[in-house]
Amino acid sequence: MSNKFLIPIGPYHPLQEEPELFKLYCDGEIVRDIKWETGYNHRGIEKLAESKTYDQVFFLVERICGICSTSHPFAFANAVEEICRIEITDRAKYIRSIIGELERIHSHLLWAGLAGHFLGYNTVFMWAWKYREPVLDLFEMITGNRNSYAMFKVGGVRRDIENNKIPDILKVMDEVKKKVTLLTGAVMDDPVIHSRTKGVGVLTRQDITDYGAVGPTARASGVAIDIRKDDPYAAYPLVNWKVITAEGGDVFAKAEVRLLEMFESVSIIEQCLEKLRKEKEGDISIKVKEIPEGIGTGRAEAPRGEVFHCVFSDGSNSPVRHKIRAPSYVNIATFRKSCIGQSISDATISLAAVDPCYCCTERLAAAYDEASGKKIFNARELIELSVNKTRLLREQQVR
Amino acid sequence: MAAYLFYFLVFPGLLFAAVTGGVLSWFDRKITARVQFRKGPPLLQPFYDFFKLLLVKETIIPKNGSPVTFLLAPVFGLFGATTAAVFILLPLFNITTGFRGDLLVIFYLLTIPSFSWILGAVASGNPLAAVGGSREMKLILSYELTFLLVIAGVIAKSGQSFDLYSIIQIQKDGAPFIGSISGVLLFIAGIFCIQAKLGLVPFDMAEAETELAEGSFIEYSGPPYAIIKLTKYIMLLILPCLIAAMLMKGFNLTGINILWAVLKVAGIVLLLTLIRNTNPRIRIKQAISFFMIWMNLIVVTAIVLAFFGL
Repeated sequence: MSNKFLIPIGPYHPLQEEPELFKLYCDGEIVRDIKWETGYNHRGIEKLAESKTYDQVFFLVERICGICSTSHPFAFANAVEEICRIEITDRAKYIRSIIGELERIHSHLLWAGLAGHFLGYNTVFMWAWKYREPVLDLFEMITGNRNSYAMFKVGGVRRDIENNKIPDILKVMDEVKKKVTLLTGAVMDDPVIHSRTKGVGVLTRQDITDYGAVGPTARASGVAIDIRKDDPYAAYPLVNWKVITAEGGDVFAKAEVRLLEMFESVSIIEQCLEKLRKEKEGDISIKVKEIPEGIGTGRAEAPRGEVFHCVFSDGSNSPVRHKIRAPSYVNIATFRKSCIGQSISDATISLAAVDPCYCCTERLAAAYDEASGKKIFNARELIELSVNKTRLLREQQVR
Repeated sequence: MAAYLFYFLVFPGLLFAAVTGGVLSWFDRKITARVQFRKGPPLLQPFYDFFKLLLVKETIIPKNGSPVTFLLAPVFGLFGATTAAVFILLPLFNITTGFRGDLLVIFYLLTIPSFSWILGAVASGNPLAAVGGSREMKLILSYELTFLLVIAGVIAKSGQSFDLYSIIQIQKDGAPFIGSISGVLLFIAGIFCIQAKLGLVPFDMAEAETELAEGSFIEYSGPPYAIIKLTKYIMLLILPCLIAAMLMKGFNLTGINILWAVLKVAGIVLLLTLIRNTNPRIRIKQAISFFMIWMNLIVVTAIVLAFFGL
């Protein structure tokens, strides 16, 4: 064991788009132990949310994650609507689901491209991202933004999808379906991809329950958990769709689940658009006068798994406490099961296979001195530092 | 003496091979870009890259490494590649070196860049580079035997001729070796060998950007990295040229035939580019079994067939 050496992945490394540090303790090519450090990206969003009004929090939580930027407002809306005990109009439900599913398509395409890139298969990277473009254009058409759509509010949505836009959306969906079929074929039938991803980073059913993993990571191991089915919200109970699962639990199964989920998403969007035609145009939100006192929990199935928001309200115009748990928070922990015992090449793709999103997951990190085991900085000291700095700045301004 | 220096430094050595290799590198990047729906770099981009590294960028020497080995390793690599370029390109331009048995020397010279990169990687004292270096070493162990057997196959087909000039002449008098079954098998194995030698996907595990962040070369910057780039350009020219000489009767440099010569090299580079754009990176274990079992099997079959004149 003495000849273990450390391979650092991060804080800045081509494997991950975000700053985080994985310490792979390797024996030759084999990973014997793994530790990770996050906290490079902590922005204190939960604390910030307490100083914003409910309408502003939507824009704030949207910025937790750039990729699944609608899942957080989705969960937050569910939470606040639970406090208010209101039921939004059907049209708003359909529009919410359409946005959520479009996001799933673009996020899964993004992952497929990145997974290709991590395997050194840059052609898949470029192609998947090219096919993702029409989806983003569609977002621009519907919401005015390619990312961070600002569509949600308490009691409904901010913009309507006018009926005359529906044929255009359907056309893009047809196109997306064709391209995804092509991509699925290219990935599923490539023997080299098979040999590279099958049996790699396997998570068994037991591991999933032990670690509480969610989303495609869990579904790839045959655990059919999906908040859209388990705790139905928005328009998901109103349309026909099924939860995609795979049995392998390896990287290939995760890719398979994500690719096939895109077809389900397209089908959900098509059904929602059909039903949208029958609803009255412009009936997209109900007026909410005030948020009563209470506790609300909201869940939403983000592309990466369950997003959980818990909101405490005291009847004022901003939440007293806002608790967020993003899917990566539980999924990242599975790395201990999926990476240890693999070679470095396999460990890196296993790291990427859960589609981790670190800035969603960031918690305040306390640094410890390795030699003495003493905490270098804790929360209180950091706050003190920040207060002192503010005081200093103020004094300078006064002068 | 002056002639030798000219051979080594200007034509067909350093200058010629580097410039042509740079253009081929542009070709590779352009094709890659077109395959991936991108626009691709301008023709001079490889040279911009080289001169930026050489003249503008600073050299950072790792604190924990061994600076002399670290800095000299790329130079060794460049010497190896340039000498190999002279030995490969002179016969192709119809100049005999008068050196009987140069094929084996070429084989040794072509391993020098890989070995020097391993040396540089280990001397840098970086754990990622060490892993990259060890992968490169395993890769060399797996493909070198196949590559040697390919050369042996060519020698067998040429009737025990060990120098490249007479191998080309034999093909010019008769038919190119690739026209036979054994020739095709040797060509397939040869293409995979040079793919691995050039460190292109699926055999780029020594660099493995998304695993090791450029692995062996992670600590290189500035002029030493420029030299590595130059070596890579040269290798990108001479390895396809070697295949063209051994199996496709070299070049005939008169009139319209020059176009054919260019097409041969460009065609082989195109093949390499397409392989690298349609495959993911494989594991080092898979690469070893790929060469040790499958490629060796193909080459041995080819040699047996060559003995029966097929």
